[in-house]
Amino acid sequence: MATASVATHDTAHDHHDHEHHDNFVTKYIFSTDHKMIGKQFLVTGIFWAIIGGFLSILFRLQLGFPEMNLEFLRPLLGGWIDESGALDPTFYLALVTMHGTIMVFFVLTAGLSGTFSNFLIPLQIGARDMASGFMNMLSYWFFFMSSVIMFISLFIKTGPAGGGWVVYPPLSALEQAIPGSGLGMTLWLIAMTFFIASSLLGGINYITTVINLRTKGMSFSRLPLTIWAFFLTAVIGLLSFPVLFAAALLLVFDRSFGTSFYLSDIYIGGEALPNTGGSPVLYQHLFWFLGHPEVYIVLLPALGITSEVIATNSRKPIFGYKAMIISMLGITILSFIVWAHHMFVSGMNPFLGSIFMFLTLIIAVPSAVKVFNYLTTLWRGNLIFTPAMLFSIGLVSFFISGGLTGIFLGNSAIDIQLHDTYFVVAHFHLVMGSASFFGLLAGVYHWFPKMFGRMMDARLGYIHFWLTFVGVYMVFFPMHYIGIAGFPRRYYSWTNFEFTNMYTDLNMFVSVAAIITFSAQFIFLFNFFYSMYRGRKATLNPWRSNTLEWTTPINPGHGNWPGEIPTVYRWPYDYSKPGAPEDFIPQTVPLSATPESNLPHEQEQVKLEMEIMKEESEVLVANESKH
Amino acid sequence: MYGFLIAVGVLLLLSIIWMVYRIQTLVSVVKGSDKKIATGSNKINAILFVLFLLGTGILMFWYSIKEFDNYQLPVASEHGVITDQLFWITMAVTGVVFLITHVLLFIFPYKYQYKESRKATFYPDNNKLEIIWTVVPGVVLAGLVISGWMAWSDITAPAPEKAHVIEIMGYQFAWDVRYAGKDNVLGDYDYRLTSAQNSHGVDFSDKNSIDDFPSPVVVIPKGEPVLFKIRARDVLHSVFAPHMRLKMDAVPGMPTRFWFVPTKTTAEMREELGNPEFNYEIACTEICGRGHNGMRKVIEVVEPAAYQKWLSEQKSFIQNNPALAKGLESDVKELAEIQ
Repeated sequence: MATASVATHDTAHDHHDHEHHDNFVTKYIFSTDHKMIGKQFLVTGIFWAIIGGFLSILFRLQLGFPEMNLEFLRPLLGGWIDESGALDPTFYLALVTMHGTIMVFFVLTAGLSGTFSNFLIPLQIGARDMASGFMNMLSYWFFFMSSVIMFISLFIKTGPAGGGWVVYPPLSALEQAIPGSGLGMTLWLIAMTFFIASSLLGGINYITTVINLRTKGMSFSRLPLTIWAFFLTAVIGLLSFPVLFAAALLLVFDRSFGTSFYLSDIYIGGEALPNTGGSPVLYQHLFWFLGHPEVYIVLLPALGITSEVIATNSRKPIFGYKAMIISMLGITILSFIVWAHHMFVSGMNPFLGSIFMFLTLIIAVPSAVKVFNYLTTLWRGNLIFTPAMLFSIGLVSFFISGGLTGIFLGNSAIDIQLHDTYFVVAHFHLVMGSASFFGLLAGVYHWFPKMFGRMMDARLGYIHFWLTFVGVYMVFFPMHYIGIAGFPRRYYSWTNFEFTNMYTDLNMFVSVAAIITFSAQFIFLFNFFYSMYRGRKATLNPWRSNTLEWTTPINPGHGNWPGEIPTVYRWPYDYSKPGAPEDFIPQTVPLSATPESNLPHEQEQVKLEMEIMKEESEVLVANESKH
Repeated sequence: MYGFLIAVGVLLLLSIIWMVYRIQTLVSVVKGSDKKIATGSNKINAILFVLFLLGTGILMFWYSIKEFDNYQLPVASEHGVITDQLFWITMAVTGVVFLITHVLLFIFPYKYQYKESRKATFYPDNNKLEIIWTVVPGVVLAGLVISGWMAWSDITAPAPEKAHVIEIMGYQFAWDVRYAGKDNVLGDYDYRLTSAQNSHGVDFSDKNSIDDFPSPVVVIPKGEPVLFKIRARDVLHSVFAPHMRLKMDAVPGMPTRFWFVPTKTTAEMREELGNPEFNYEIACTEICGRGHNGMRKVIEVVEPAAYQKWLSEQKSFIQNNPALAKGLESDVKELAEIQ
């Protein structure tokens, strides 16, 4: 009797596996399917990118055209436009603050890591779903709540947080200091708390999934570099986000419960506050202990995506697979011990400055190795310029341009002059902002067929790329000159000082370039949403790629593969292997099936492989006979 | 009316773009280019990379040379000459890397664009190469770090004893300046003593504070070490004197410092630049609220003799406002009156 009931249960379960009866809510809203969650992150990320980009256009209008009458924005901004039609200076600060927060956290962390870690990890390692689909769903919904709260804070009367995206206290702790430090800052802190929870839930899932759910044969040395990147990103996030939470929590205490973690000796608004003994520099240490790794949280996934896209479209193995992994490991570890280079002139002990200068410039080495490896991958390749490939090459360019200026800023002696000038703005917008953004776009163009079963229009992609690529350089390259000239960041206008009372032409140029670049993103938006419904139908493996996700059906269901999960027999970069008939050999093709192209050491592995396959088929036969 | 016309214009433009898009899609379907691995666009993109390289390269060189005098701020401090030198050495090193890598990055797409007849070279790794391009950047960076570290150690070393002590205090949204007076020692302060008359919160019961005096302008002597003692009263600020290559945060509750030796008087700099209006300035570089961009203070560098003369003419806080000495012990009061 017992046996019979087990058997019925089994068949029922099988049936359930093959045919999902999802209703609208479980399929599109509270979905536990990693692919849908990935898409949810992507669409929310795109929404935030539009908002974040639009905010930057608002303050670029102020910087490029300080005399301009912004009356036409009154329907949107209301009281933030004063009687003379000028932007309110406090709101200007709120704009740069929210632009930074939105872009760094909501677009380039959640939108990039959230989208592609979710979407690609199970597909590329050969898993049915994430380790915990439920936690994964929670991760998105925490992010969603965080988004809602942050979005609401844009519209409150005292304005959103306005102390810069780093929200240094005491400015962020004292409502008397800036109106944004009132309700706006409270909402900022609540939103970030949800955001951190979301990141941690996601990160734990990514790590567990990569460690535990790899398909047969998918050893760590056969993982695509994308997965390595997502894995290490999740590790960084898991170790650093809690520290931001600690920083935020102490800030909450200082703001609301009268503690003095960050506050000391303050006389403001005609009154001396009772707080003594706190240190604003403590906050900076805690913040940058997340803040610097955050740069790599944003950048590593983009580099992972680029590695995959460049290898596929160069029709060549990525050069130095192991060196790439070692570099990423190096970056991961070093990213935790360089944070104080943001604080050379914060007043901390100069001896610390010396230590952090040494550590910071070490981290440039693995980054340099990665660049040289990308270049060598392109060398003697057979390059196909899909939009994803173009964006990947653009990313490498930004990574070089922005990375090199990091060598100036990492040098504490040079940083004295450049700290908090437009040189810094140029530096991080290229190396972390634009590079990661290009990684995100490359990923969308490359995996769109897998996400929606249709192709994006390539030509619109080309136009989008060239406008954006040229545009980004036109926006951020001139900022180097402005920065060397000493223009400080977060300035509403520069006319109060003689040394900055110039370059109105250059600032105007930058603003125009920014508006054009922003407008060009609508080409992408059109392409994205139109192709989702009306794009050309995708083929199974449109880029003739090796990785596992292209072995799933064009529109994979929940569970990804209708039958068995495929086994992996080789690394993911067997492109243009000598002797092979095609210029790619998917990971699922056994070495024993390709004797003509096997390298000597692979020939030895063939024997082992045959034994495993024999065992497997025996198990399979045994299972079949049970039924 | 204008709004309507603009709307119609935009609509027209969008529909034209739409038509063009549809037509080119249909053409590509008819031509069957969607079945090809690489279409004619591949060549165009490859060429565009080279054009981009040339175009932006020329633009960069032209602008960098043409604008050099504009973005290169004149330097007026001893350590500033050294950090500028480091800056330009780093610029040369990174500039070479920038050019080489970008030339390769944009030439390769042209040279190795897709050809059906060719197969890419299977070249998965080369440990020798990896070691070379790990070690070479490592050595170059070590050189840069060590020179930077030496400069940094000198700059941040304790100030010489004879350095002229000046307190710069930031608050929303200005800087207040306090000189140490004849004894060159600043008196104690306590933020709880701050008031409209006593913006620094100076503790006048401390004898060192008796000769302290305020100044609307930071006057400093050329060629002699000057020590800025920096603090803030409300939120973070940052003292930035661009021509002195000086920057240090002003932190409430944690006094900071920066010492330097100015090398050119304001008059000399005016002559050098041919700008009789020129002034050395201090700006704030740590976001501090609404008036962040207006925290200006002028530094006036003068000859040492003129500085001594100026010093002797200044009146102390107490001389300016005897009410401040109220309630002090009588011996201190006497001292103050002698001053």
